[in-house]
Amino acid sequence: MAKKPTIYLDNAATTPIDKAVLKAMLPYLGNDFGNASSLHSPGQKARAGVEKARKQTADFLNCQTEEIIFTGSATEADNMAVLGTIKAVQKNNAKKPHIVTSEIEHPAVLEACGYLQKNGAEVSYLPVGKNGIVKLADVKKSIKPNTVLVSIMYANNEIGSIQPVAEIGKLLKAINRKLKTEIRFHTDAAQAANYLDCDARKLGVDLLTLSGHKIYGPKGVGVLYVKKGAAIEPVTFGGHQENGLRPGTENTAAIAGFGTAIEMVSANRRLQTANLTKLRNKLIDGILKTIPKTSLNGSRESRLPNNANISFSGVEGESVLFALNGAGVAVSTGSACASHKLEPSHVLLALGLPPEKAHGSIRFSLGRQTTSKEIDYVLKILPGIIKRLRKISPIK
Amino acid sequence: MKNPDGVGKAGNVICGDLMELYIKVAKNKKGQEIIKDVKFETYGCLAAIASSSMLTDLAKGKTLEQAMAFNRKEIVSELGGLPPVKIHCSVLAGDALIEAIFDYLNKNKKPIPEKIRARHKQLQKEKEIISKKYKANVSK
Repeated sequence: MAKKPTIYLDNAATTPIDKAVLKAMLPYLGNDFGNASSLHSPGQKARAGVEKARKQTADFLNCQTEEIIFTGSATEADNMAVLGTIKAVQKNNAKKPHIVTSEIEHPAVLEACGYLQKNGAEVSYLPVGKNGIVKLADVKKSIKPNTVLVSIMYANNEIGSIQPVAEIGKLLKAINRKLKTEIRFHTDAAQAANYLDCDARKLGVDLLTLSGHKIYGPKGVGVLYVKKGAAIEPVTFGGHQENGLRPGTENTAAIAGFGTAIEMVSANRRLQTANLTKLRNKLIDGILKTIPKTSLNGSRESRLPNNANISFSGVEGESVLFALNGAGVAVSTGSACASHKLEPSHVLLALGLPPEKAHGSIRFSLGRQTTSKEIDYVLKILPGIIKRLRKISPIK
Repeated sequence: MKNPDGVGKAGNVICGDLMELYIKVAKNKKGQEIIKDVKFETYGCLAAIASSSMLTDLAKGKTLEQAMAFNRKEIVSELGGLPPVKIHCSVLAGDALIEAIFDYLNKNKKPIPEKIRARHKQLQKEKEIISKKYKANVSK
């Protein structure tokens, strides 16, 4: 059996829970178990926990507390943003709604759009350049008289490419002013939140998604920011919670953990970004220098500081993943087998990568806990692993 | 392998897995043709590599007749099972063996059993369909 992975380089999949976050959660899993909707003291204690987290999140996004909706995950938040907006628009408008999104969005957005496409909406999927970035001019060109929603992620989960969200926000505002339209703008900031400014006003977004377990918080909690005046319709029913948009008893512990985690992001951001950029560059440069026929996927500059997505020609990603796992290093592959699909990653194909390169990609995503020593170890063992797998590969 | 008697390719890089199987054929004491040696090259996930490696173990020493009747389920059971999404890896390994034997018989102008010929034809067709389908996806 493989050794238990000790070097964790899959922080884009999920992050470890910070100790302070866990501490903030524990009371709600113990004595403070009340239902936040109950009027008695135990209920009010739970309510206080939820509202504290709401304030912490609103501070992070520089918005009002009423604009924060806690959800069960970022996927749920994305679904609410896309489906809820279209439902709200369709209520007052008979025209076929048009959505603009990109080819490299998370499936939470892509598949929600796909569902709407089958049910009477029109969807444009913007391409990306080799750098994995949507072009502003393409966004502009894609806008039609019936466009109601633009959903472009802040940073990509596989290749870390940062999208020009603030610029798109500005562009849409100008278009809305000029054409007297109300095109709404959603961004999935689940991967970006650790490193990029998420001031909702500066970004010019109406809707923004956050995830708990990508920011050293717990799983099972996400956030949808819904700007005042950009009302969406609910997609689930049966309760008054979260303004009726996310019915169901609040997951108090997870929400409290989220609040602490998001507060810590702000406190750590600058130092973490500088530190991870250095380590990440060391990893990329080391791999590209010591292993032939390797290439970095996505932009080198406009990239999350913790992401390195590298293609190794002639080997399949999953075989590299398990070889590294056997050596105690946990990474992931955007390719076929990991995701239980046989096609290569839609993101890597959108970059124009040939299938053999798309299949041979590995995503290293660093985290707060990553050390320089750990990167040294990966750089030491990786060349041998690739050499061995290339030896048994028919693709030379 | 140097100068293999038969080469079989299965799968394609588009769906993720590519296997190449090389066989050496010799005669045993009874004068039957056997797979004397078999080597693989595999581009693929863990299950694909394990399947091809297991296949070489299972095929070595078998008569061509036995090898042609080989059931790929043997690979799965010898590996102690494969998850459903990985079963196709064992199918690929079995196909690569069929292709290698077809190549050997074809090159040496020996009679090819109808079953093997039919499977070979089907595999060629599948490869074409996958490449076409894939190209359509990419250029959308």
